[in-house]
Amino acid sequence: MSAHLELFNLKKVYASARGPQTIVQDFNLKIAKGEFVTIIGHSGCGKSTVLMMIAGLTEIRDGGIILAGRELSGPGPDRGIVFQSPSLLPWMTARENVMLGINQVFFTATRLEREQIAEYYLTVVGLADFMDKRPAELSQGMRQRVGIARAFALKPKMLLLDEPFGMLDSLTRYELQQVLINLWRRNQITTVMVTHDVDEALYLSDRVVCMTDGPEAGIGEILEVKLPRPRDRKTLMEHPEYHRLRATLIEFLEVRAHQRKPMPAHQTAPAESIPVSA
Amino acid sequence: MKNQWHRFDFILLPVLGGIFILLLWHISSHTWSGDLPDPAKTWHESKPYVLDPWGKRGELDQGILRFTLLSLGLVAKGYAIALILGTPIGFCLGLSPTFTKIFDPIIQILRPVSPLAWLPLGMVLFAKIKGINITEIAALFTIALCSMWPTVLNTAVGVRAIPTDYLNVARVLKLSRWKTLTRVMIPATLPYMFTGFRLSLGIAWLVIVAAEMLTGRPGVGGFLWQQYNALVYEQIILCILTIGGTGFILDRLMSVIERRFKTA
Repeated sequence: MSAHLELFNLKKVYASARGPQTIVQDFNLKIAKGEFVTIIGHSGCGKSTVLMMIAGLTEIRDGGIILAGRELSGPGPDRGIVFQSPSLLPWMTARENVMLGINQVFFTATRLEREQIAEYYLTVVGLADFMDKRPAELSQGMRQRVGIARAFALKPKMLLLDEPFGMLDSLTRYELQQVLINLWRRNQITTVMVTHDVDEALYLSDRVVCMTDGPEAGIGEILEVKLPRPRDRKTLMEHPEYHRLRATLIEFLEVRAHQRKPMPAHQTAPAESIPVSA
Repeated sequence: MKNQWHRFDFILLPVLGGIFILLLWHISSHTWSGDLPDPAKTWHESKPYVLDPWGKRGELDQGILRFTLLSLGLVAKGYAIALILGTPIGFCLGLSPTFTKIFDPIIQILRPVSPLAWLPLGMVLFAKIKGINITEIAALFTIALCSMWPTVLNTAVGVRAIPTDYLNVARVLKLSRWKTLTRVMIPATLPYMFTGFRLSLGIAWLVIVAAEMLTGRPGVGGFLWQQYNALVYEQIILCILTIGGTGFILDRLMSVIERRFKTA
């Protein structure tokens, strides 16, 4: 398979008081075009570090990343990023925040065309009436909508989501997951998301990559989520495959993530006996 | 009953404070400080300057508002120089640790130097340049040099405090250096810069008196010094009150502007 995004032997080392600490190593992953992959793991395991390496916002010690046939070095607008905090510039309106990126990427387009792109994406995320509001006047959920619009508006080669809904209440989170998945389906955009929410991972992804705990974190297991799309939250809850996957994920996070060496997957966990802690 | 009085606290209590000071002043002038004119005499002698605030009877005999305006004009020029120099220096300090290591010790040493010390240096520094008003240039030099430090230091702190998130946005979008500066860094630093601007203005106004005293330029400070030397003590207090009042108004104005940028 020719991968759209390929990570090979990624390694990240941080300097710490006790000398260099290896956070992530031997991280290998191939992602097909249009695929939605979620990286899941405990807080501090290094999953965000992997994402930031793809984003080019943190240095790579070893290994490399190839996106659409070219090795990446440094950050760039070919990867749309939605951060955990919306990271909007507070002195700009929602429209100006989106326009800032559009002006960079579509500098050959006319002013009107660029305005239209911004308005289109802000409308799609449901902010048609709030385009000229500043972040301080928007709710947390609305700010994250602007963040999503900003990322998609650049027509990037891929999307990177760093716990994008982590700071939201669960109702808003559901709404925004819906906004995101609709946009993803419409744009067929390759996506890597980091989360520690099991249900979010299963609802959105084609594959879930489970990371072991750091230091020296790596991939513990990769789950294929072969649930039919478009997915409906309610019918998903009744799907036996959903429960099997959920149980496996929770079992991984509770038991196997802590083991020093990644163990081969053993799919024996019975769905009923796993305590559900969401 | 009691609550009704509390409603007027905001005006009654300051008036009470004022009366206390007037009383202290009055008693002092009649007991241990014989040369100090009492409040009534001060008011009587200051009347021509207050009631005809725009009058001009001579270079150093003008209405009090006219003097204030002259002083403000000089302060405005010196302050402008301080901001124009101080803001970029603050940005350099905030952006570059190397720059900080080179210049921070010098700044820390120059910062506490009094305006009285800078003025003579200013007079010497610009003495050989022809076609300039040496006292004005020396005064501007002193005002700028003394008042720029809060702007420099607050700008530097503001630049260091720019959230990484904002800078990451700039990096991801590959904004040019110029755009990163104008669209991200300067707006993010503005609230800090304005705190610096406000403090700098306070110092610039503080320095004016010293500068005018030493150069004999017409203005509130020059007037004060001249009257002291002429043994006319009544107007000294008038000048002090004018300087204080003007400084207070300037500070209020700046905080209003500062607050506008805080929410941005």
